[in-house]
Amino acid sequence: MIEAHGLTKRYGEKTAVDGLEFSVQPGTVTGFLGPNGAGKSTTMRMIVGLDAPTGGSVSVNGKRYAQHSAPLQEVGALLEAKSIHPGRSAFNHLNALALSHGIPRSRVEKVIELTGLQSVAKRRAGAFSLGMGQRLGIAAALLGDPATVMLDEPVNGLDPEGVLWIRNLLTGLAAEGRTVFVSSHLMSEMALVADHLIVVGRGRLLADTTVKDLVREAGGDSVRVATADPARLREVLAGPGVEISGQAGSEELNVIGLTARAIGYKAAEHGIALFELTDRTVSLEQAFMDLTRDAVEYHGTTGIDLPGSAA
Amino acid sequence: MTAATATQTPTVPATPATRPAYKVTGPRVVRSEWAKLWTLRSTWITLGLGLLFLVAFGLIAAAQYKSRIDSGRHMDPDFASSTALSLSLFGTNFAQLALGVLGVLVTAGEYSTGMIRSTLAAVPRRLPVLWAKSAVFGVVALVIASVGAFITFLIGSGIVDGTPAALTISDSGVVRALLGAGLYLGLVAVIGTALGAWLRSVAGGISVLVATLMLVPGLVSLLPTSWQDNISPYLPSNAGEAMFTLHHGVDVLSPGAGLAVFFGWTVLALAGAAWRLVRTDA
Repeated sequence: MIEAHGLTKRYGEKTAVDGLEFSVQPGTVTGFLGPNGAGKSTTMRMIVGLDAPTGGSVSVNGKRYAQHSAPLQEVGALLEAKSIHPGRSAFNHLNALALSHGIPRSRVEKVIELTGLQSVAKRRAGAFSLGMGQRLGIAAALLGDPATVMLDEPVNGLDPEGVLWIRNLLTGLAAEGRTVFVSSHLMSEMALVADHLIVVGRGRLLADTTVKDLVREAGGDSVRVATADPARLREVLAGPGVEISGQAGSEELNVIGLTARAIGYKAAEHGIALFELTDRTVSLEQAFMDLTRDAVEYHGTTGIDLPGSAA
Repeated sequence: MTAATATQTPTVPATPATRPAYKVTGPRVVRSEWAKLWTLRSTWITLGLGLLFLVAFGLIAAAQYKSRIDSGRHMDPDFASSTALSLSLFGTNFAQLALGVLGVLVTAGEYSTGMIRSTLAAVPRRLPVLWAKSAVFGVVALVIASVGAFITFLIGSGIVDGTPAALTISDSGVVRALLGAGLYLGLVAVIGTALGAWLRSVAGGISVLVATLMLVPGLVSLLPTSWQDNISPYLPSNAGEAMFTLHHGVDVLSPGAGLAVFFGWTVLALAGAAWRLVRTDA
């Protein structure tokens, strides 16, 4: 359980995080989504006390992170930047962290096994590939058997197998009742694992919602239908929960609330000829971009403005 | 192991009753820092170099003195007035660099690699990390430097036996001076650790360390003489040297006063480090 109240961080003139209000609940995967530079990493650093908020507060399980007697048992964090000494082996790195909490050696071996690092545990961490380094970071995050797991861009630079592994890990952790808080700038990735979404842009909260609601608010899944007599088709299709839009003089209608199949049957029943009947799925990517369009920090000049493309 | 669950707040549904009770304590942070120190190759190399400098340069100085006495060659007055003790501790100047630099690496090295984020996430109260690092590395340096100083003196005093510089371990002040040298190097290690944490930069920390211990004394000699006499004895390097010299001239502090002043400098460096550690984002 993570709770932020008016959480603010300023660096001189620049406001990185601007009055964030949100809570992250146990037992689900909560996605923390926003374009590059939206303040996700800064927020996560404030949660574990690496950065001090300029204003507001953030608590973990009811207390500030630093006030817990065993912080690694409350929050296990994987931060975006590497947090290891390259000269130390994976085992020695984890063991040194474990010693500060009195975490037994058996737990160190357990997380090494859990993250599949057995074969490289004695090697210098500086020689690790990106994927191995990421696994080591996750091993450190799981070390204290934490109630809350917080991962900053965990799939960055991972191969498909690694991405799948992270996905299963996250859903598994949430199923165990833990609070799972994952940041990403890739909506498509989040859609696969997250139930809940916290969307930020330029440090501000843009949405605190579920994946389903986000899609519905963005226009939902609609059906495009074209006919010679749109006015009559409107009458035929009208009903509770059905939303029909279309420009005057155009043969095209946009229908929300009915499937293409249902529209086809109804049109046939009333003898209306259709020229086109197309399912239009609003992608989460689109919904996300619509939401963050004004909040993207660095606009590309190509006209293609994919939030993930800059990374 | 299950006792602590009774004190868990009910707002943590994710914690089953069998959750082990981990806790950060001072001794555990010390153990963690101890483990960190010895699991890096640079520690072994730099400590080895420090010990080598201390012993080798001391013995070379003693051998030089002996050969010049035997051959009757001219010696400059400073070198001619050497004692077995001052010759044996000739390497202190070089050993202090190795130990001080390693001290800087112990803290600033964590900032340059990013390790500090893991360290402070594990111990978010922060200050215990600084105390543990200083204590662990200070004691390690103290022990190694003291052992090195005694070994060098025992061999070195044998080399210059029968010359005007001859001293034995039982002569008054010798043991005190040897321990003083060990303590001096131990405190230099702590100062290095503090500077590293204060400046958060390996290059910056080493620069300030070298400047304070080796350059500032030279610069002070540019000041008017009356100022020099008032300032010079209190400089870190001169106050520290007073801890391990046998014969104290008028412009040198007593060993006790030297220790007090040098300890003061150490505390100052630690205070700066603690202030930055607590006040600034990691």
